[in-house]
Amino acid sequence: MVQPRIRRRAFDTAAPSSTPIASPAVAPAVKLTGFVRQFGENRVIDGLDLSIAPGEFVALLGASGSGKTTLLRTLAGLDPIGDQDVTTPGARAVVFQDARLLPWKKVWRNVALGLKDKDVRARAEAALKEVGLGHRLDAWPSTLSGGESQRTALARALVREPGLLLLDEPFAALDALTRLKMHDLVLNLWSEHKPAVLLVTHDVDEAISLADRVLVLNKGKIAAEEHITLERPRAPDARFQAIRRRLLGHLGVEAPAPHEGALIAFPTGEAVQ
Amino acid sequence: MWELGSRLGFIPERVLAAPSTVAETFWALTASGELPANLLVSLARAAAGLAIALAVAVSLGLLAGLSRWGETVVDPLMQIKRTIPSLALTPLFIVWFGIGETPKIALIAVATTFPIYLNLFAGVRGIDVRLVEAARSFGLSGWSLVREVILPGALPSFFVGLRYALGVSVLVLVVAEQINAQAGLGHLINNARDFMRTDIIVVCLLVYALLGLSADALVRTLERRALAWRPSLVEQ
Ligand SMILES: Nc1ncnc2c1ncn2[C@@H]1O[C@H](COP(=O)(O)OP(=O)(O)OP(=O)(O)O)[C@@H](O)[C@H]1O
Ligand SMILES: [Mg+2]
Repeated sequence: MVQPRIRRRAFDTAAPSSTPIASPAVAPAVKLTGFVRQFGENRVIDGLDLSIAPGEFVALLGASGSGKTTLLRTLAGLDPIGDQDVTTPGARAVVFQDARLLPWKKVWRNVALGLKDKDVRARAEAALKEVGLGHRLDAWPSTLSGGESQRTALARALVREPGLLLLDEPFAALDALTRLKMHDLVLNLWSEHKPAVLLVTHDVDEAISLADRVLVLNKGKIAAEEHITLERPRAPDARFQAIRRRLLGHLGVEAPAPHEGALIAFPTGEAVQ
Repeated sequence: MWELGSRLGFIPERVLAAPSTVAETFWALTASGELPANLLVSLARAAAGLAIALAVAVSLGLLAGLSRWGETVVDPLMQIKRTIPSLALTPLFIVWFGIGETPKIALIAVATTFPIYLNLFAGVRGIDVRLVEAARSFGLSGWSLVREVILPGALPSFFVGLRYALGVSVLVLVVAEQINAQAGLGHLINNARDFMRTDIIVVCLLVYALLGLSADALVRTLERRALAWRPSLVEQ
């Protein structure tokens, strides 16, 4: 499916393309070149190059305050970009860390928010069934559990058939078991709908188990990149552990002894800079 | 005790009628249609005043709440207005509008505008910006954003203002109806005063109290309906 593309303020001059593109034949879904974002004196994003192929699942790691949310908000179109060049698909959807459901709208109306066709109820219902919430259509958001809220937020994002799905630590507040279930759900939905995904996370294991490519943001730039070619579902085997150690190294964390057997979620605490 | 005092003559009829007399008078006034008719007139006045106040306060509250320049223009005016007790405007309104219905309705409107305005303004400004942002990211903007997100978010606070305004409206009604009323509860009271009928006065006072209570009950019901989504601190 060809997504309508938005090119906010395109430059005429050819931008230098030093960015590695996953599949160079296809036009990327997301493209940033030399992107800068600063708050006052604080340059949070400083000459960042990023390119995401259509349907690619990218995870973004980085220490707290490294600018992950800032980058995601830029891609979501929530922040001003000045006259810089930012290419994204027209249809984008965000899942925030806090589900941000409107408490005065029933669950299905939250999912249908902003949709304009006739059968919005049917579409919202279908999306909620996909995330396993077909039975909570008419519930008030305040009565949902944390996991259910996040699943509703996922349904609300997916019902728009986005070309780019932006996830800002959507599972950080969930318990380990629920988080693992959400991982499966996200992978299923992703292989079903094939949006490009940018997942911001603190959890290195989460990044490696889900993404095609893991990026590390540091000092306003993409400091490291790992292509993950392991078969899904991914067991924490030796190759997994090797990637994990490398990524933790990029994050400035001494890699602890490798976990064997069960997939143990890496503590979500902030990586030390 | 009141009844006993009246029966034994400790409380003369001229000072305060006995409860039994009051009850009798209440039935008599109701049966004759005098009380309902006058009550209706008073209610219509309060309703008209409140309707004007609602229209003005909601417009101004949204204007000031949603835009910086709206706040700069509207809010100082409203704050100045607040410092003048509404009832102090009575003589001025009589000069401006005469002694007909207009000054009564105007007084109620003026007095009830501020509480509605202030609470709506606070409600709009207190809205969770993260929800607004999420809604914007799903394509809502302009009027649809106001309708789907900002107004519902400000509703709890709006209801606080509305309840307060209803209380004020009854209070102002009492005073406004002292202005040469040809009908209404105030008219009934004025007549009763001239004939020293304390029983009628007491009946009217009780009706005023009932008005206040039922106004509050009405808003509570509306609130329960409109805010059903809100988890309540106290179990219903
Ligand atoms: N609106 C703002 N005004 C000023 N500074 C901001 C603003 N938003 C973010 N920042 C600053 O930009 C930096 C990056 O913030 P950002 O939220 O992107 O970090 P993050 O990588 O998402 O961190 P975390 O992992 O803790 O969520 C921080 O130093 C933050 O203080
Ligand atoms: Mg963040």
